[in-house]
Amino acid sequence: MYDGGKIIVGLIIGLGLLLSPFFYNAGKAAKAPVPELTPKAKEAKACVAPVTYMRESHFTLLDEWRHTVVRDGERYYRSPDGKRYYKSLQTTCLECHSNYSKFCLQCHNYVDVDPYCWDCHIQPEEKK
Amino acid sequence: MGVDRREFLKIAGMAALFGLGGKAAVDIFAPGEVEASMEGIPLTQGTRWAMVIDIRKCLEKQAQEKDGCKACMDACHRVHNVPDWGNPKHAIKWIWQESFEHSFPNQPNPYITEGLKHQPVILLCNHCFNPPCVRVCPTKATFKREEDGIVCMDMHRCIGCRFCMAACPFGARSFNWGDPRKAPKELNPEFPTNRDYPERSMGVVEKCDFCVERIARGELPACVEACDKIKAHAMTFGDLADPESNVRKLLREHYTIRRKAELGTEPNIFYIV
Repeated sequence: MYDGGKIIVGLIIGLGLLLSPFFYNAGKAAKAPVPELTPKAKEAKACVAPVTYMRESHFTLLDEWRHTVVRDGERYYRSPDGKRYYKSLQTTCLECHSNYSKFCLQCHNYVDVDPYCWDCHIQPEEKK
Repeated sequence: MGVDRREFLKIAGMAALFGLGGKAAVDIFAPGEVEASMEGIPLTQGTRWAMVIDIRKCLEKQAQEKDGCKACMDACHRVHNVPDWGNPKHAIKWIWQESFEHSFPNQPNPYITEGLKHQPVILLCNHCFNPPCVRVCPTKATFKREEDGIVCMDMHRCIGCRFCMAACPFGARSFNWGDPRKAPKELNPEFPTNRDYPERSMGVVEKCDFCVERIARGELPACVEACDKIKAHAMTFGDLADPESNVRKLLREHYTIRRKAELGTEPNIFYIV
């Protein structure tokens, strides 16, 4: 092999550069953010579905809501505890969860998802 | 032969099901409580919504007002966050005015009564019984609700191809050339005004949806409510399928015309002349 030493050294340096971000960030995992509830949400105690379900699958519920409202004209939802809710992101969901940055944004940033809800729906105004 | 074809497919199917994710498979066989409780409660069923517009009453009211009466249009545009760009080429039309001759081109009569000549007529989507816009939509973003005949728009699904605009013979559909949220501020200072109704994004088609969100709550469409509020009572909303409904009563008592009825789209907006 011609210039074998140079090639191997070059490969090692290249590999080192390639892996440097992993070494740089090793052991520094970002902490998962905890969504903050507004006083109103705390007072309500129960959401439209159990908390564990909402945490894992709120997007499934929202997608199902938007589908059944727009396509089937079914505008009301009965929660597992028997309560009736008007299916609406803007009025029902955001009435309680009006703290957009602490409730939606920080988690969405953490898991790097970018839902396009606010292209059309009106984002809650936060009081500072 | 140890395993025959049928046996193999069974095993492969089960293996794939469980292989995909234990939870998904469990959900298929034993749906959770949450999924089972997702029933909707439809409020409008077994009806055919229609509107009767009394042009005589409308014109009478317009003659009384200095700038003409625009109560129905204002109410509709406020309720649905309809943007006003100030440019007629980019106008978003849910409910609008057009001269009698242009509204009813199939009724040419140069000697028409002075009361109708060049007079503005209130126009909106006709919610046709046989809507051509629905037939041409490639994504089914526009669809007719079978339970009450309203021609709806699913703005989540519209790709903005504008086939429906080409198909609609009434020009009742509009394309959002700009972001509705960025419509000029001086024209609508408090825009968005209604938090109950989302805006649209740029590049989707929209139109009058007969206030489906209000009907679901048992309210009248915004234009009808506004017209009744100023005591003009020129617009009547009701169920065409019910022979005793308010609209059928009006249709029995008065001579009515429809826009371009010869095209066979069966408009559900009737005009008393």
